[in-house]
Amino acid sequence: MNARAAVGLVARREIRTRMRSKGYLIITGIMVVSIIGIIIAIKVIAASSAQQVGVVDGSLAGPLRSAASAVGVDVTVRTVPSRAVGEQQVKSGKLDGFVAGPPFSVVVKKNLPDDMRASLNVLARQQVLNDQIARAGGNPAAVNAAVASASVHVSTLEPASRFRGERIAVGVIAGILVYLALMIYGQTVAQGVVEEKASRIVEILLTAIRPWQLMFGKVIGIGVAGLTQMFAVAAVGVAASLSSGTMKMPASLLTGAAVWALVWFLLGFLVYALLFAAMGSLVSRQEDAGSVVGPVLMLIIVPYVLGISILPSDPDNGLLRILSLIPFFSPTLMPMRVALGVPAWELAVALVLTVLLVVALVGFAGRIYSNAVLRMGTRIRLSDAWRAA
Amino acid sequence: MSGQRLEIDRVSKRYGEVVALREMTFDVRAGELFGFVGSNGAGKTTTMRIALGVLAADAGEVRWDGRPLTLETRRRIGYMPEERGLYPKMKVAEQLVYLARLRGLPPAQALRSVDTWLERLGVAERRDDEVQKLSLGNQQRVQLAAALVHDPSILVLDEPFSGLDPVAVDVMSQVLREKRDEDIPVVFSSHQLDLVERLCDRVGIVSSGQMVACGPVDELRTGGTERLVVDAPKAPDDWAAGLPGVTVHHREGARTVLELAEGADDQAVLRAALATGPVREFSRRRPTLTELFRDVVSEDLGAAAEPEAATGKEAAAVSELASEPISTRARVPRPTSVSEEDA
Repeated sequence: MNARAAVGLVARREIRTRMRSKGYLIITGIMVVSIIGIIIAIKVIAASSAQQVGVVDGSLAGPLRSAASAVGVDVTVRTVPSRAVGEQQVKSGKLDGFVAGPPFSVVVKKNLPDDMRASLNVLARQQVLNDQIARAGGNPAAVNAAVASASVHVSTLEPASRFRGERIAVGVIAGILVYLALMIYGQTVAQGVVEEKASRIVEILLTAIRPWQLMFGKVIGIGVAGLTQMFAVAAVGVAASLSSGTMKMPASLLTGAAVWALVWFLLGFLVYALLFAAMGSLVSRQEDAGSVVGPVLMLIIVPYVLGISILPSDPDNGLLRILSLIPFFSPTLMPMRVALGVPAWELAVALVLTVLLVVALVGFAGRIYSNAVLRMGTRIRLSDAWRAA
Repeated sequence: MSGQRLEIDRVSKRYGEVVALREMTFDVRAGELFGFVGSNGAGKTTTMRIALGVLAADAGEVRWDGRPLTLETRRRIGYMPEERGLYPKMKVAEQLVYLARLRGLPPAQALRSVDTWLERLGVAERRDDEVQKLSLGNQQRVQLAAALVHDPSILVLDEPFSGLDPVAVDVMSQVLREKRDEDIPVVFSSHQLDLVERLCDRVGIVSSGQMVACGPVDELRTGGTERLVVDAPKAPDDWAAGLPGVTVHHREGARTVLELAEGADDQAVLRAALATGPVREFSRRRPTLTELFRDVVSEDLGAAAEPEAATGKEAAAVSELASEPISTRARVPRPTSVSEEDA
């Protein structure tokens, strides 16, 4: 039997075993439901952020909206039959405020948000200004038009990325998903290696195929199972946010973030799975597995925690820019940075370095695994496993 | 006879200071059932693992048909490791099909072979159960099936009989004989010496990593000192003392087992026995494999003293060998322990 057939048989067994397991189906279900839930939540929160303002006189609606938009507040104006009804609705929370006038007065439940106060002040001053202009014999509409056309010209030296809030949301979601998947499937590889050693079936398997064939078959099989799950979750996430109109960012940006998340999951999985396979082969019992996989887990957890706590507020953080170029850390950091906006050259450098790392790890893990996997008993030192069988 | 042989040629292995194998040498011919006996830690498992290539030897060679074993030849070995090895959470038939296919069987043929062996070994109705849900005896049958599904040309089985009920022992014995009759070399280790004696064409006795006796059971038994069994219930303990060329080997209840030196007169023994009263039994007996084993192993230990304390586990396993009165147990050798094997 040739090597490809051997690796294929091992990989197919892993795929069947993993994808048929209850745990896999449950985790996939939870991830899909969570991502839909998050998208719905974002939409609900975005919709409720518009201020609901009630008025009796419908002609106020136009000036109110334009005053609000002048100070950057999103306002929905509703006409109510009377002041009493308006106040009642403010009390019950249906309205954020009831505006009467001129002269303008506003009724709110507890306090008036600063931005609303600002827009109402603009409105009040505008009204006063209009009266004065009319009294002086001018035409308020013409003056207003002239005023509206005047604005300060802004030139940005470092343009802030558009859709900042949405990019942060996508970056955080991509970061969490890649992190979870790397943790789950990386450790599955370690567990699988130790399971075969603990049950001694590895002795039977290795009278039929070579150690590296068993190791790669396992890594590939578990990788396919993980990638399938990630792909399903990413596809559902992109489809749900586009179809619900939650994300106003262009579809290409969103899809790009999702595709990069999958790419980085794949590369990260190869990096960590090879490390996990090598480390797992050093022990013969599941109880000992924790001590050898710990350092590898740290490679995933540390950059993730730094990234998720710093990047959303400071996407261009210098430390994280450097860390994200180091191939051991790129897979957890780059999915977030891609969504937040990353210079193409940094992405390219990280990609090339990570691919090189994978190539190096293939040799390293293959050697450690082959030397260690048939040695039963106490934990084998990494240096011993490296030196010889 | 194809004339193909599995040869273990001067294989040596040490674990640090502990010598596990010292120039272990024997061969198993096609169409031969070879029994491999020895106390725990004597080196049986180490030898088998080296033959299968799951352990590297420090020196020596394992050959099949005159050529060193390669992965290609090893794939044609049916192997049953001492520590049972199956995926606990995989279904029986699925697992066996997988193992058969790893050894190159096409899917349909693998499935057919699996069904045949499950039927044959009496576990067909458990084919879709997870291995971990089976009793130990049934797991053992599945393990044997795993060694047989790819229609191997060599069988190497480490303790295939341990943990089996009498029915399963019969099935297992039958299968081994059949494989032998198909001109396949079969080697297995066991502590059940009566079984080995009954089943095997040839036996190898290992002690402290060396082959100390090897040959057909009958030949080995003939080579041992001849014994007399005398049942004289009224005789005092020392009735046989002073008879020329006669030593008391041990007692089995009222019976005395005597060893006769070359040229000693057994009729003189009978007269001496009759002088004490009635004699119910007077017979010549060739040593059983168990006795042979004990003699060979203790002689060997006497020659090359191994300072090694017997652990509780080993002592228990040795007493399994000794179906003899306790007084003789002091002569049971204390085996060299090999930590890798006992782990």
